Amino acid sequence: MPHYTSLKLPELSLVLLIGTSGAGKSTFARRLFQATEIVSSDQCRALVADDENDQSATPDAFALLHYMVGLRLKRGLLTVVDATNVQPEARKTLVQLARDYHVLPTAIILDVPDRVAEDRNRARAERQHLGRHVVPQQRQQLRRSLKFLKQEGFRHIYHLHGPEEIDAVQTIVRDPLYSNRKQDTGPFDIIGDVHGCYDELLALLTQLGYMVHTNPTEDVRDLGVHVTAPAGRRALFLGDLVDRGPASPQVLRLVMSMVQGGQALCVPGNHDIKLLRYLNGKQVAEKHGFAETVAQLATESEAFKSQVRQFLDGLVSHYVLDGGKLVVAHAGMREEMQGRGSGAVRAFALFGETTGEIDEFGLPVRYNWASEYRGRAMVVYGHTPVPDPEWLNNTIDIDTGCVFGGHLTALRYPERELVAVPAAQVYCEPVRPLRPAEVAADVAQLSAQQQHDDLLDIRDVTGKQIIKTRLLPSVTIREENAAAALEVMSRFALNPKWLLYLPPTMSPSETSALPDLLEHPAEAFDYFRRQGQERVVCEEKHMGSRVVIVLARDEEAARRRFGVVGEGPGRCYTRTGRNFFTDATLELAFLTRLQNALTTAGFWEKFHTDWLCLDAELLPWSAKAQELIKNQYAAVAAAATAALPEAVAVLSQATTRGLDGVEALLARTTARQTAAEHYAEAYRRYCWPVESLSDLRLAPFHLLATEGHTYFDKDHAWHMETLRAICLADEELLRATPYRVVHLQDIADVEAATQWWTDLTAAGGEGMVVKPYDFIPSGRQHLVQPALKCRGREYLRIIYGPDYLLPGNLERLRERAVKSKRNLALREFALGVEGLERFVAGASLREVHQCVFGVLALESEAVDPRL
Amino acid sequence: MLLTITTTHQPATDLGYLLHKNPARLQTLEVAAGQAHIFYPEATAERCTVALLLDVDPIGLVRNHRGPAGEGFALEQYVNDRPYVASSFFSAALSKAFNTAMNGTCKDRPELPEQLLPLEATVAVIPATSAEQLGSLFSPLGYTVETEAHPLDPTVPEWGNSRYYTLRLRHTGLRLRDMLSHLYVLIPVLDRGDKHYWVNREEAEKLLRRGGEWLPQHPAREFITRRYLRFAEYVNPTLERLLAGDEAATDDLPIPAEAEADTTAGPLSLPEAAAGPAERLSLHDLRLDRVAEEISRLGAKRVLDLGCGEGKLVRRLLKAAHIEHILALDVSWRELERAQQRLHVAEMPPRQRERLTLTQGSVLYHDPRLAGYDAAAVVEVIEHLDESRLTAFEQVVFARARPGAVLVTTPNADYNQRYETLSAGEYRHEDHRFEWTRAQFAEWAAGVAGRHGYRVRIEPLGPEVAEVGAPSQLAVFEQ
Repeated sequence: MPHYTSLKLPELSLVLLIGTSGAGKSTFARRLFQATEIVSSDQCRALVADDENDQSATPDAFALLHYMVGLRLKRGLLTVVDATNVQPEARKTLVQLARDYHVLPTAIILDVPDRVAEDRNRARAERQHLGRHVVPQQRQQLRRSLKFLKQEGFRHIYHLHGPEEIDAVQTIVRDPLYSNRKQDTGPFDIIGDVHGCYDELLALLTQLGYMVHTNPTEDVRDLGVHVTAPAGRRALFLGDLVDRGPASPQVLRLVMSMVQGGQALCVPGNHDIKLLRYLNGKQVAEKHGFAETVAQLATESEAFKSQVRQFLDGLVSHYVLDGGKLVVAHAGMREEMQGRGSGAVRAFALFGETTGEIDEFGLPVRYNWASEYRGRAMVVYGHTPVPDPEWLNNTIDIDTGCVFGGHLTALRYPERELVAVPAAQVYCEPVRPLRPAEVAADVAQLSAQQQHDDLLDIRDVTGKQIIKTRLLPSVTIREENAAAALEVMSRFALNPKWLLYLPPTMSPSETSALPDLLEHPAEAFDYFRRQGQERVVCEEKHMGSRVVIVLARDEEAARRRFGVVGEGPGRCYTRTGRNFFTDATLELAFLTRLQNALTTAGFWEKFHTDWLCLDAELLPWSAKAQELIKNQYAAVAAAATAALPEAVAVLSQATTRGLDGVEALLARTTARQTAAEHYAEAYRRYCWPVESLSDLRLAPFHLLATEGHTYFDKDHAWHMETLRAICLADEELLRATPYRVVHLQDIADVEAATQWWTDLTAAGGEGMVVKPYDFIPSGRQHLVQPALKCRGREYLRIIYGPDYLLPGNLERLRERAVKSKRNLALREFALGVEGLERFVAGASLREVHQCVFGVLALESEAVDPRL
Repeated sequence: MLLTITTTHQPATDLGYLLHKNPARLQTLEVAAGQAHIFYPEATAERCTVALLLDVDPIGLVRNHRGPAGEGFALEQYVNDRPYVASSFFSAALSKAFNTAMNGTCKDRPELPEQLLPLEATVAVIPATSAEQLGSLFSPLGYTVETEAHPLDPTVPEWGNSRYYTLRLRHTGLRLRDMLSHLYVLIPVLDRGDKHYWVNREEAEKLLRRGGEWLPQHPAREFITRRYLRFAEYVNPTLERLLAGDEAATDDLPIPAEAEADTTAGPLSLPEAAAGPAERLSLHDLRLDRVAEEISRLGAKRVLDLGCGEGKLVRRLLKAAHIEHILALDVSWRELERAQQRLHVAEMPPRQRERLTLTQGSVLYHDPRLAGYDAAAVVEVIEHLDESRLTAFEQVVFARARPGAVLVTTPNADYNQRYETLSAGEYRHEDHRFEWTRAQFAEWAAGVAGRHGYRVRIEPLGPEVAEVGAPSQLAVFEQ
């Protein structure tokens, strides 16, 4: 036998080193594999017993070994087991682990004479205790094992005889699995089950831009078909080329020539494999349209049949393509099986998942694996005929039952466009009707994804979550915050299908050092200057309640885009996802008014959309916060204005007695009385009675999204002007927000803006919001705060309490830190943008909800609520 | 923030001796909440008045974590009525300022503390649910009670009066120490009952000691006691047991069941004939007993308690020998913590511990942990969900978890007219999103059962009344 200098292994395999104690397994492993790839029984024994040789620890040591091996295989890592592995039962557990994780097991036998092993053991102090019988016994077990290894399931078996052969091995060659075509980026035209429908296939290929020439030829190696693909594209067949239809051999001829010519890839279907078994001389039942294929093949040459046999035999169960972004298989592929190899993977690729039950048509009941699919890769598959291809969790079934009189469908990748040609006729009556006879009316209106999205899974939101976003590489949600959000979301939030976006929290500017002020625009301008911004936008801050509005043009559009039925055309919700309105009639009237304004403004046409998402302030404050104002703000003022005059009166009386210190106390108490009055005036400014719709004002400030677009790439002046155009359509309800663009290097500009703020706040206004000119400033290493607020002195009374300006108080209040608030604002901003971008890109509710839930969870972080 | 006590006893300046406070000086004490100032606006032989002015430092309160926790309204921690009202802080200041007088000692004039004096007290301002409530607490102690209501906002007359009153008490002959102890105890009792304020354990015990002499005869003693225990429980949950004697008694304490209508009005304003706290508590007990009984009848071995709250049903289920495992879920972390404490989960013996899993969950998210149970109890949960979310609840419980049986209880809206404190259309609890009539519940239950292959029967829960039925209703779904 030749000496191996290199051993070839599948890149993902479980490698068992098999050999007696002293055979040199550990040395071999260390020499040829990475240290982290090796799991050794001695090491595990040491970990659980502090002693590599403590035989009593063996069961626990192997429990640990199996656990570690399992975790590594689950994560798709090649793993080497350094243990004697000479007993069949020891190997059996490991082979089972390999099967569980769809990894190929490999055996490398290090077969050294007993004497060599014993000499080595004697040379090592820790092996002195081994009895004389140990090595011979192990070697005997090894010898008995040899002929059973293949049967046990090992795909690759290397038997290295003696130290010389062992030492001769210099490298391990890791072969990619056949299914791994990650370098192959396409583009592809993925074609569903053809089932011998040659004419339709030809029509579809033509429509996709392929040119097919047939010229019969005598040369059997040439199939007589020549195909020219459109530039750079290739066809990708999902299998089931044959059976049931009228021209299976022609379809085979065409597909085989395309694969040969490099214009196509093909994965096998269950019908193709059945044909292969027939061609291999196996007994095959002539059911499910196989008889037709056999009849059609009868007139074909043996040479052709032989070519078909070779072609089918060479097909790979499934492919992972385009850097792992695309997976194709005849019947689909679960995430944990993608790019792996095992009998189960191959069976899944051919048959999908079945429950073992038989339905009323005598067909196996299929389990919809796609409903639980969470993988990153898009999975395109066929096998189960569906009336219309529908996306579900980034998977799509494009078998549209051509042979049953449906369509032959192709999915253009990466465009995600569907191209279909109708069947010329019904070639075969389906056992189970293609279109189910009756489906509940409201369910029938929703897409598969929308139906599936009716129920979110608790595992997707609870526990520690790490969310990847475009703006920040990852946002971590701590477990306790997720727990808090679960409560709020469950108890108070509206139907999650409406929750596309939650706005981030907003930090104030740094604390001002000016007398009698906590906040002033200077600090906000400084911040943005430090962040390298040349321009900012200052917007008047309306004192109302923040509202996010998701609104469709009509209820039908709401159903189509948001998947909600019977909940009206839209929703207004608060920063925590609660319904803004408690009165449904008022809400509908409000939304209808807004729809009319949008229609009048020509918004739907201009933005080619039938829905939008707005970020806005709804006034007055008392519309939403009436109870809060009564129970908290007014109550504090009532208590203060009732109690303080009594105290002032008693103190005044005491001053007549000339008691020391009473004068000062009287002065202080009188000051508090005045402060209480200012406090009451401060909250009253933002309240007016709301009896009907005409008392409400809406001030939109961000147009967040419409069909196919978000507007985070537009600057704030654009948002202001775009929204102003809408506001003009209903000037009673809608209020355009006054704003100004400020050049931070222009002193006059900055002074004017500061004066504007001073005037606004002196008149009782809340203050202003300063934003970078661009929604998301580019070219910065760090994310810039999306907005800073600068609140006025009077307004802050309701935030910091009636006495906040009293001597001794303001000084203490200046010790506030905005850092954690800002950090939070950035993380929430990144999540909010991510969620909306996912929604616009057509992601599943789970993916959008994860971001929205994340914002809510972050909101439960303890941050000074006065900031 | 202000208390004045006036006497016309001759000589009136004896008040200074009694209080151990010199009428000629302004005294300032540092107290937990800020500063307490004691001075005499008048001090003549005919008439002497002492004033206690509590100057709460709102910023200090926040920094020492002594203010309200601010649940539900984050700013409450910072902006609240504490600086202006007579609260538990005020009681604490009262005790510190007049400790000697409250103990009835007077070194210079030992006979004075036992003397009955004509006394007048003014509290500005004190929160109360109504003027009648103030009357019901102070009149039985022999005071002539005068109250002055204050508007919530004089510029918004339609908002009506605030909950703050100036309170004037007159007594023709009373020991000063008694008046002080009445105020000391009753001021925190009147403080809004729906929020917990920080009182340390020692003070909670003092409250009991101060009330020892007169509380047992007070007609509102039950209400007063309950308010004490709320404070005490917050400080130290075991104190409640300590005070109540034994553990079993805690369940019988008149703590209103959380899902009942009592948060808006103090129990004192409830007519005796309507559902008093005791009766309503027994309704909740009855409901839980009935559900536990039904679970036993079904022979369920593995039971889900969806919305377990503080674990009252779990406690019943643990006693049933045939139940092998209970998975108790609640969406509220706080409720789970309470359940942990109330059920003493940490100290459970291992075998019992194995029978119970107490964890957070939501009935609106699919949860694979819920599969494979024989029965699920959903007691007073659905009415806390928006009606539009019931489809998600239905999916989670009936389509995915699919327990052998599901027991759902909910209030019967038909019965609401029997609650005199509820106006028409008002719900029993502010968090209720709906309350269904018997017909509505039956319709929903039949729909759910039909869609998911269950059969259902509905039974009344609680004593039935002609026309309106029982206060609550139970649906038993079985596969």
